[in-house]
Amino acid sequence: MQVTRDFSHYVRAAGTGLRHIDLAVEGVHCAGCMAKIERGLSAIPDVTLARVNLTDRRVALEWKEGALDPARFIDRLEELGYKAYPYETESAEASEVAESRFLLRCLGVAAFATMNVMMLSIPVWSGNVSDMLPEQRDFFHWLSALIALPAAAYAGQPFFRSAWHALSNKTTNMDVPISIGVCLALGMSVVETIHHAEHAYFDAAIMLLTFLLVGRFLDQNMRRRTRAVAGNLAALKAETAAKFVGLDEISQVPVAAIHPGDIVLLRPGERCAVDGTVIEGRSEIDQSLITGETLYVTAEQGTPVYAGSMNISGALRVRVSAASEATLLAEITRLLDNALQARSRYMRLADRASRLYAPVVHATALITILGWVVFGASWHDAIVTGVAVLIITCPCALGLAIPTVQTVASGAMFKSGVLLNSGDAIERLAEADHVIFDKTGTLTLPDLDVTNAADIPADIFGLAGRLALSSHHPVAAAVAQAAGAKSPIVGAVEEAGQGVRATVDGVEIRLGRPSFCGAEALVVGADLDPEASVVAFRRGDERFILSVRQGLRPDAQAVIAALRDRHIGIEILSGDREPVVIAAAHALGIAEWRAGVTPADKIARIEELKRRGARVLMVGDGMNDAPSLAAAHVSMSPISAAHLSQATADLVFLGRPLGSVVAAIDSARNALHLMRQNLWLAIGYNMLAVPVAISGVVTPLIAAAAMSGSSILVMLNSLRARSRTREIM
Amino acid sequence: MEILVFLVPLALMLGLAGLAAFLWSLRSGQYDDLDGAAWRAIADDEPPPQDVPAKH
Repeated sequence: MQVTRDFSHYVRAAGTGLRHIDLAVEGVHCAGCMAKIERGLSAIPDVTLARVNLTDRRVALEWKEGALDPARFIDRLEELGYKAYPYETESAEASEVAESRFLLRCLGVAAFATMNVMMLSIPVWSGNVSDMLPEQRDFFHWLSALIALPAAAYAGQPFFRSAWHALSNKTTNMDVPISIGVCLALGMSVVETIHHAEHAYFDAAIMLLTFLLVGRFLDQNMRRRTRAVAGNLAALKAETAAKFVGLDEISQVPVAAIHPGDIVLLRPGERCAVDGTVIEGRSEIDQSLITGETLYVTAEQGTPVYAGSMNISGALRVRVSAASEATLLAEITRLLDNALQARSRYMRLADRASRLYAPVVHATALITILGWVVFGASWHDAIVTGVAVLIITCPCALGLAIPTVQTVASGAMFKSGVLLNSGDAIERLAEADHVIFDKTGTLTLPDLDVTNAADIPADIFGLAGRLALSSHHPVAAAVAQAAGAKSPIVGAVEEAGQGVRATVDGVEIRLGRPSFCGAEALVVGADLDPEASVVAFRRGDERFILSVRQGLRPDAQAVIAALRDRHIGIEILSGDREPVVIAAAHALGIAEWRAGVTPADKIARIEELKRRGARVLMVGDGMNDAPSLAAAHVSMSPISAAHLSQATADLVFLGRPLGSVVAAIDSARNALHLMRQNLWLAIGYNMLAVPVAISGVVTPLIAAAAMSGSSILVMLNSLRARSRTREIM
Repeated sequence: MEILVFLVPLALMLGLAGLAAFLWSLRSGQYDDLDGAAWRAIADDEPPPQDVPAKH
């Protein structure tokens, strides 16, 4: 059977006669790699552009249309020592990038306008106390208006849109007082300028927008960066399938290019990337990522298979089904939708703060106006003072208080291997006081390990590992990895569903089912884990058995202890069988566990805890966990998780240790503390400034100083979120 | 004070020129890869002898 790789799905036209492809590359981290890759790829004839993006770890390639096959780039990168996969920009990432660019453009416009308005304002401020003529002052005010009005109309769009959206939904958010403040300040300044008044607030209004856009941009950039990394990881996971393009010819194509009705080949040791039905072949499949159940299921003609299941022993031909008619997936999707709706009711800290803040500020401004009128001031003066109150209390520092902490904290989490999926996850994670762990793939490692390696002589184990390299079976792969085997044994023969055998120095060696190696007697006599898969190894007349199972994550025990120290409740909810769950719960000393639970049961349990007032952190990886990940107050997934779960989880952690869970909780708590502190700082600052504004002596100079002072204070405080999270071990 | 007739338009033009330069740099993708740009500045342009393995 001939296998070809088809990347045409990822290639797009780039101008006349040019083709373009983006590749995600693993292991690029310095200028050396960058130069090596760019030179290596440019050396291929017909390549017109090879450019590495070190931030996103990607390569953009362009070449002359013709005979050049994009697979050649991947091979060349392989020779240079890098693993690369074709990369397709997801729509979510593309919109984050566009949004981020738009904000940067707004920020640029606002910043340049601020600089120029300031250049005109400073002469006015100093001229008002010296010898500036009223005509000159008016001229400068008109010039300021000329710059500030169009700039504010453009750069204020993110705030005006969001405020309008909130108001038309009959709610309010932080952008409502901002928009009111900016519009009033600009409007009043125009009126004042027409009346040849001494003060205009163009500088304050545009400066306010600049500071707020800094906060908005930082927040957006953090999300864009996370999406880029998540997109790369998805590409590196290489979601491809072997599609039949002829009777006996298969082509390795990306999943996106597979349509219902296509027939794909599922080889042993491969993870299925599509949903479908088996039409030919017989095998065992591991559906632990979907159901949480670790026992293998037999698949034969007519058995439905889902994306995410692992094929264990024999090759299968699978017909890709249209929509997922499967009851399990339909059920999960329905539960997921319900849970996500409930989630959107959460109100962010910033919006909660503004819900309290906006009425107070607006009431204060109104009382100021009425108060001055009562005390005999003219309506004009009273309104000017009222607007000054609005300008000086405008939530400039409030708008920075939360995004700056989020940006700094997410950067710190990023370094410790935790990616944030949603911006408000930090706030919700900090409040978590009860953790629910899924077992399979979360408390345990997603891959298999040999548990009794210590009982077997090292040379035998090494030989078994080398022999195992010749098999695709996941259990064999685990043996090979545990033994650290590098060189396969020449001439090894795999017998489907049985094992591998070879002859070394005239002695036959075998690895596989106990019956294949004649080691049934050993298995009967041994005291083995109920969960473990048993493989036997035989050299001549010597026989050994190896017990292979999913081990607990190396630091699981320490993590449980650390959570307990923080007075966080812990329990296990698993779809797996009872004896296996009990074993894991005992090993970790977790008193509360439930086994054999369905996705609906998991949600019911979470709802029950919610009613008792607990804020639940759900940590899970399977597709069966996706609805409960959405239902929980906050959720985390390992990077090995099913696609659906990863997309639903608020945070995703990388690597084998579970310690990231505790590290993330700690940095989130620290960040929430800083956010609250920042809000109080901003409010305290306003408390000092408001009496000055009410008394009617606020000049544009005081407004500008107050605004930048409080913003800088809040930003400096946010930088404290960078402090290293403590090691839990 | 007649000098204002020159200085004010000049200041406005310079401001607009700065803004135009910023928008151009944004459009031409100069903010897409800040990490890479930092290294590109100090990378040598000479091609290496032949496939020297890079050191990390």
